Amino acid sequence: MIKVENLHKSFGDLDVLNGISTEFEKGKTNLIIGQSGSGKTVFLKCLLGLIRPDQGDIFFDDKTYNDFTVEERRNLRKQMGMVFQGGALFDSMTVEENVTFPLKMFTKMTRAEMKDRVVEVLDRVNLVETNHKFPSEISGGMQKRVSIARAIVNKPKFLFCDEPNSGLDPKTATVIDNLIQEITHENQITTVINTHDMNSVFEIGEKIIYLEGGKKAWEGDKDIIYKTDNEKITDFVYSSNLFQKVRVAQRKGL
Amino acid sequence: MLSSYTKSIGQYFIMILDMFKRMTKLSEMRRLIMQEIDDLIINSMGIVVFISFFIGAVVTIQTALNLSNPLIPKSLIGYAARQSIILEFAPTFISIIMAGKVGSFITSSIGTMRVTEQIDALEVMGINSLNYLVLPKVIALMFYPFVIAIAMFVGIIGAYLAATYGGYLSSEQFLEGLQDEFNPFHVSYAFIKSFIFAFLLATIPSFHGYYMKGGALEVGQASTTSFVWTSVVIIFANYFITQLLLS
Repeated sequence: MIKVENLHKSFGDLDVLNGISTEFEKGKTNLIIGQSGSGKTVFLKCLLGLIRPDQGDIFFDDKTYNDFTVEERRNLRKQMGMVFQGGALFDSMTVEENVTFPLKMFTKMTRAEMKDRVVEVLDRVNLVETNHKFPSEISGGMQKRVSIARAIVNKPKFLFCDEPNSGLDPKTATVIDNLIQEITHENQITTVINTHDMNSVFEIGEKIIYLEGGKKAWEGDKDIIYKTDNEKITDFVYSSNLFQKVRVAQRKGL
Repeated sequence: MLSSYTKSIGQYFIMILDMFKRMTKLSEMRRLIMQEIDDLIINSMGIVVFISFFIGAVVTIQTALNLSNPLIPKSLIGYAARQSIILEFAPTFISIIMAGKVGSFITSSIGTMRVTEQIDALEVMGINSLNYLVLPKVIALMFYPFVIAIAMFVGIIGAYLAATYGGYLSSEQFLEGLQDEFNPFHVSYAFIKSFIFAFLLATIPSFHGYYMKGGALEVGQASTTSFVWTSVVIIFANYFITQLLLS
């Protein structure tokens, strides 16, 4: 579980995060949505410890990050997995080497044990016969799956995804969404996903927070987002013609 | 503008300090160092040998053509070639070439890792990306004096062949000049310079790659800037080291 209390972050005169408080539950896919410039990425980077907030607390399993010792912070990092927007796979390494990397760096596993674990996670993300290929030799969807495999190989307690669907066709995007949700449920991970994709919102939004101007403007889940009359969220979610039609149909009970 | 330069210089020294924090696992560090030795040292040998050979040859021809006074012994050509190759051409000229070859490679590879979030990925995993990416390059380039030794040797071979096969002087005259008033400290001076240049060659391009912002275009710009700054700092360092050690 991750709990955020009154998080503030400014760059110069610009307030990017303005008193955000929320809770991300274990075993659920928690989505952060909002327009470009709403503070989603900065918020995610604060959770990851890549940006230090000016004010506020972030609790990981009831302990505030500020109280963590250097060693505890290092250990916390090892319990985090991250799926980057572009995959962020290491170009100079093969798929197998990319996925083995966290095990090699942080565990005392033997080569055979590492190999078994890598085969297991690559199988879990439905990647076969790509072990010896380089990231440039596989498709965008496959790269995302390798990135997910690398993020979960060390059995993290917290999984962060920055726009995992960007640049993917709708079918592959749905596959990636479902994969993340299944992994979250199976391993009881606290998953936080930063997304623009409204399909993801309606597919896997077990908890959704909507950011606007660095503030939390709405909080809920995929079931109540249909019913809300909050104009801020409806303007954003139903901005496309397709979703407007879906909403009209839903309201008519179709 | 001055404050921006001051900030960059400060940031550069902070980078060097941070490079030694949170050390990477030893087995992985060993692998990275071997990889960097291959990329930065072994892969540079071809261009170093090629340039050194012809620079040695050209220095000899130029010296021979400009020594028309019959009172000056021909062996001076060998002496001049040795001194210029050992003191300047091998350590300094080759380092400027390496600032282009190795420096651009370092800046563009680290810069690409920055724009594709690979550095962020390392940080999220709890790895000190400076230690992981920059320190192996610094250690690998500590073998750089070996490159310079080869450059000296090949340069002198080039000088010898140009002198004798070009008919400017005999083999005996060249060898006499080559051994004339040899001061071993000049070789030590060249190696001391090479160590310092190696450190600059590893750290300045790394700095430009690591702290770059933007996309693919900016990676190219960072490579150019890194080449310019590495060359400028090498030239300055060369002046100060020469003043300190030889004056």
